[in-house]
Amino acid sequence: MSAQPYRALFRRDLKLAMRRLGESLLPLFFLFTVIVLIPLGVGPGPSLLARMAPGMIWVAALLSSLLALEHLFRPDLEDGTLEQWFVGETTVLGRVWARLASHWLITGLPVIVFSPLAAEMLHLPHRALGVMILSLLIGTPALSLVGGLAAALTLSTRGASVLLSILIFPLIVPLVIFATGAVSMAADGMNPYAHLGLLGAFTILAMTLAPFGIAAALRMNLE
Amino acid sequence: MTLLLETEGLEFHRYGAPVFRPLGLRLETGRAIVLTGPNGVCKTTLLRLLAGILKPVSGTLVHHAAHAFVGHLPAVKGDLSCRENLEYEQRLGLPDLALAEALAEVGLAGLGSRPARALSAGQKRRLGMARLLVRRSGCWLLDEPYASLDDAGCRRVDELIARQLEQGGVILATHQRHPHIDPHRIEQIALEFGQEGGVQA
Amino acid sequence: MIWNKLKLWFHMLGSAPYFYRFARAVAPWLWAGFAVTAVYATYLALYVVPGDYQQGDSMRILYIHVPVAWQAMFGYAVMTLLAIIALIWRIRLTEIMAMSCAPIGAALTLICLATGSIWGKPMWGTWWEWDARLTSMLVLLFIYIGIMGLYAAYDDKRKGARVAAILVLAGAVNLPIIHFSVEWWNTLHQGQTIRLMGESSMDPAMIPPLIWMVIATKLFFGAALLDRSRNELLEQDRSKKWVEMECTNQELNDVESTA
Repeated sequence: MSAQPYRALFRRDLKLAMRRLGESLLPLFFLFTVIVLIPLGVGPGPSLLARMAPGMIWVAALLSSLLALEHLFRPDLEDGTLEQWFVGETTVLGRVWARLASHWLITGLPVIVFSPLAAEMLHLPHRALGVMILSLLIGTPALSLVGGLAAALTLSTRGASVLLSILIFPLIVPLVIFATGAVSMAADGMNPYAHLGLLGAFTILAMTLAPFGIAAALRMNLE
Repeated sequence: MTLLLETEGLEFHRYGAPVFRPLGLRLETGRAIVLTGPNGVCKTTLLRLLAGILKPVSGTLVHHAAHAFVGHLPAVKGDLSCRENLEYEQRLGLPDLALAEALAEVGLAGLGSRPARALSAGQKRRLGMARLLVRRSGCWLLDEPYASLDDAGCRRVDELIARQLEQGGVILATHQRHPHIDPHRIEQIALEFGQEGGVQA
Repeated sequence: MIWNKLKLWFHMLGSAPYFYRFARAVAPWLWAGFAVTAVYATYLALYVVPGDYQQGDSMRILYIHVPVAWQAMFGYAVMTLLAIIALIWRIRLTEIMAMSCAPIGAALTLICLATGSIWGKPMWGTWWEWDARLTSMLVLLFIYIGIMGLYAAYDDKRKGARVAAILVLAGAVNLPIIHFSVEWWNTLHQGQTIRLMGESSMDPAMIPPLIWMVIATKLFFGAALLDRSRNELLEQDRSKKWVEMECTNQELNDVESTA
C-alpha cells in the first residue's frame, strides 16, 4: 500500500490553502493582533512584558490555531469529499495524518517562524528564545492533534464553534502549562528540560491516541 | 464472472430503529444491480453502507475489488479546476483514462481549467462521474446518477455504465429513470416501506 | 451457579422495562441511606469533632468539600467505564447511564468549587486561588460541561452518546495529566493528608465524619444516577409500548393503594 493517496491529499490541502491565502494567514494576523494589543492594554513596561511573554505567545498560538480548526473538516463534509475518505482501500488514519500535517504546516509553522519577532517585541530574554522555539516546535503539533479531535467531535453539531472552544480548553491545559513553564524556566536561567520532556511526552501521547479518536468521530458524524 | 462485492444480513439503525430488514446481495462482473423505491426509503443509506462510509450494525460486507462511490454531493473542491480535481482523484488508485479524455467522455471537454465552483449543478454531476473514469475500479456505486442531467447527459451515463459492465459491475439507486442497457444484465431490487416501519427488499 | 445467575441478571438489566423497574425499586433505598448517613456525618462534623487548632471551626466545611471532590473524580471514572462498554458493545443502557453521570458529576464539581471558595475566604483571604486542586476541579467542570453540551447537540441520542463517549475517553486520558501538571504548576493547597493506605496525618478523632460523608456521597451518586437514567430512558421511549403499560400499571397501583 503506497503513500501516494495520502501525499496527494496533503498536496491538495496545501494547494487549497494557497488559493485562499488570506484565510490561511488569518491565524498569523491574529497572533500579531494579540502581541500588539496586550502591551497596549497592560503598559509597555519591559519587565512586566517579559514575564508575560511566554504565556502570551503561547495563548496567541493557541487561539490562532483555534481559528483554523473550524475549517479543518467542515468544508469537506459540506462538499462531499469527507465521505470519500471512507471509500476504498486507503485507511482513514492515513488521511487524518495528511490533513493534520497540512493543518500544522499552515497554522503552526508560521507561528514558529514569526515567534522570534514576537519574542523581541515582548522583551523575552534572549537566552529563552531557543527554548521558546523548541517548545512551539514540540507543542504546536499537539495543538493540531487535540484540536483536530475537538473539531471532529463537533463536526455535525449545531453551534459547533462555541462547543469547539469549550471542548478544547480542558484538553489543552497541560500543554500550555508545560510549554510556558519551560520558557519561563529558561528566561529565569534555570533548566527547562524537565518541562520540555513532559511537553514531548504529551505530544507523543496525542500522536498515538488522537488520530484514532478523530477517525472514529468522523465516521460517527458522517451517519 | 468474478465476484466483486457481497453482503449478507446487513443491518443499520437510525434513531435506535432498524432502517431495513437484514439484506443480502451479490455483485458480479457484467451485472448491474438497480435499487428502486420511493423517496425516503433509504436507498442512499444502503449505498453508503456498501461503499464503506457507514458501519453496519450487524452483517457481513466483503469487497472483492476496488470500488468507487458517487453520492448526492459531487465530491469536488470548488477552488480547484476540473483538471486538478481529476488529477487528485487519479492519484488515489490505478489510473485509467487520461484527464482530457475523461472530461470529453462526460461532455466537459475544454472546461479543464475552469474552477469547479463555476460549474452548474449538472456539470458538477458530470465532473463527479468523470472521477470514476480516471481511476480503475471494479465496482461502481452510484446514487441517483441521472439527477440534474439532461437527456444527452443521461444517455452518456448509460454509455459509461455499459462500458463499465464489460470489466466490472455497477450498483445504482434511482427513483425515476432506469439504465437503458441490456436488460439481461440488470437485477432489480425494489425497496419498499415494510409493515413495521422497516424497509424490505 | 451464582455466576450464571449474575450473568443473566446483568443481561436482563440491559432491557429497558426491567431496568426501569429495578431503578424505581432500588433508588429510594439509596436515597434513604444517603439521608441517614449525611445527617449523621453532619452531626458528627458540627458537634462531635473538635475544631482545628489553627483554623478553628471554619475547617469543618472540609467534611463536605473533600468527599464531594472525591466523588466528582470517582464519578468520572464510573462514566469512563460506562463509556468504554457503550463504545465496544453498544449497549443502549450504558450509553444512557454514561450520559447521566455527567450532570451529576458537574453538580458535584460545582459544590466542590463553591465549598472550596467558602473555605478559602477565611483561610487565605480570597474567594479564588489558582492552586492545584481548585484549578484542576475547574478544568474538570469544563470537561463535564463539554460532554453535556456535545450530547445535547444531537437529536439522535444513541449517536450523540457514542460521540460524547469518545470525548469522555479523551478527558479520562487527560485528567491525570491535567491534575499532575496543575499540581506541579502551583503548590499552595494542603498536601495530601488522607492516604488510602498507610497512616494519615490527620488526627484520628477527625476522621469518622469524613468516612460517613464519603459513604453518603457514594449513595447519593448511585441514587441520582439510577433516577436520572430512569427518567432519560422514559423520555426517549415515551412512544413505546412498554412505557404506556408501565404508566397504566402505575396508575392502577396508585388507585388500588388509595382505595
